[in-house]
Amino acid sequence: MPRSLTITATMAFDDAPPGQVSHLHIVPAESANATESPGQRRTRWMVAAQAGDRHAYEKLLADSIALIRTAARRRGVGQEHLDDVVQETLVTVHRVRHTFDPARSYDAWLNAIASRRAIDALRSSGRRDRREVHDELALERQPAGDDASVATEREQRTQRLHAAVARLPPGQREAVEQLGLRERSLGEAAELTGRGTGALKVNLHRALQALRKHFHGEP
Amino acid sequence: MSESLSHTALIDRLGSALVPVQRLAPPWRRTLGWLLLVVAIALGLLMHYGPGGMLQRWVMTPDLGWAGLGAALTAVCAAWAAFALAVPGRRVTWAWLPLPAALLWLGASGLGCLRAWFTSEPPDAALQQSTDCLLFIIGLSIPLSALLIVLLRRACPLRPVPTAVLVGLASAAASAALLEIGHATDSAATDLLTHALAVAVVVAINAALGGRLLSRT
Repeated sequence: MPRSLTITATMAFDDAPPGQVSHLHIVPAESANATESPGQRRTRWMVAAQAGDRHAYEKLLADSIALIRTAARRRGVGQEHLDDVVQETLVTVHRVRHTFDPARSYDAWLNAIASRRAIDALRSSGRRDRREVHDELALERQPAGDDASVATEREQRTQRLHAAVARLPPGQREAVEQLGLRERSLGEAAELTGRGTGALKVNLHRALQALRKHFHGEP
Repeated sequence: MSESLSHTALIDRLGSALVPVQRLAPPWRRTLGWLLLVVAIALGLLMHYGPGGMLQRWVMTPDLGWAGLGAALTAVCAAWAAFALAVPGRRVTWAWLPLPAALLWLGASGLGCLRAWFTSEPPDAALQQSTDCLLFIIGLSIPLSALLIVLLRRACPLRPVPTAVLVGLASAAASAALLEIGHATDSAATDLLTHALAVAVVVAINAALGGRLLSRT
């Protein structure tokens, strides 16, 4: 594989009229100073990514995952939601990468976005918790509450549902996973899957019809 | 449920969608862009009313001039702070930037209130004038706020509500400063209180609606 090149813009890039890129310098993507810190390296990759260098961009995003996780943990996000925060942050980074200023720290820029997405995740899970009803007394009075067969049946039902979702066509399966199970908004799901919001809605509708038919025999 | 979109797959997808981007201009330059509209409106009002009346009022009652200057500086600082806050990683302390100018505005207006206390303006005239001022500030703040919100959505306002409050403050302050150009008469206490009410209304509407608009970015 040929050695890739990174196009790095100087500060004069900001002064270019819209639609034009001025004062570009071509530097090797792998040119790393021996004294360069990880933060400086990420800043260099981001500058290259803003100029369209995919190789540098993918390395940057992969390198950012640990930082995002740290920021999310610091905000109190539980282990089960960390991956969601990572993905939401990566999508946001992609959407607003033009707001990064190379004169400033990439890590601080990323940390601000990750912290925001972590707060969003905490709020979202808080809303879900409020919607769910916890009634200890009802659980205790439930006649078959401690019956192992109930747990087994529930497990079987879950497995049947998973199997039915897995058998759906890829587009429909994606719509159910993103919109139904992960509770993402249409816009977020469209960003993640690369599909239009209209297509996602149609896929979800068809998927729900198929699942209804599968379990209840409804048309 | 298995993870259909692993981090690697997502990074690959984002990488394939990568295109070069035009970097966002620094906040001060974006502020200048918004101020161009304010200056254009000011020129239009000056052409319509002429600078004579405004300058005469300022010579006779300097606190009005200071209040106008404070309002103009508040508009500049609040817009600058909003553009800075809309960039991830900028300190939230930017939100305090308009405070000194706002204090000048408030202080000079307060002096105007005290002075107006001793004037003998007929209440009916003051009320009519106040209503005109209220409508002017709120009416002009709408397009100024809308433009600011459109410009800010190009960035990434991670703190939508404080940013929207700054949008409201910038728009209302700019409108109040522009009002000085065509203010028909000297200031009265009711008139100055109406200015405060108009600014509060514009800031509150922006905080409620602007916050939602900005949080969708």
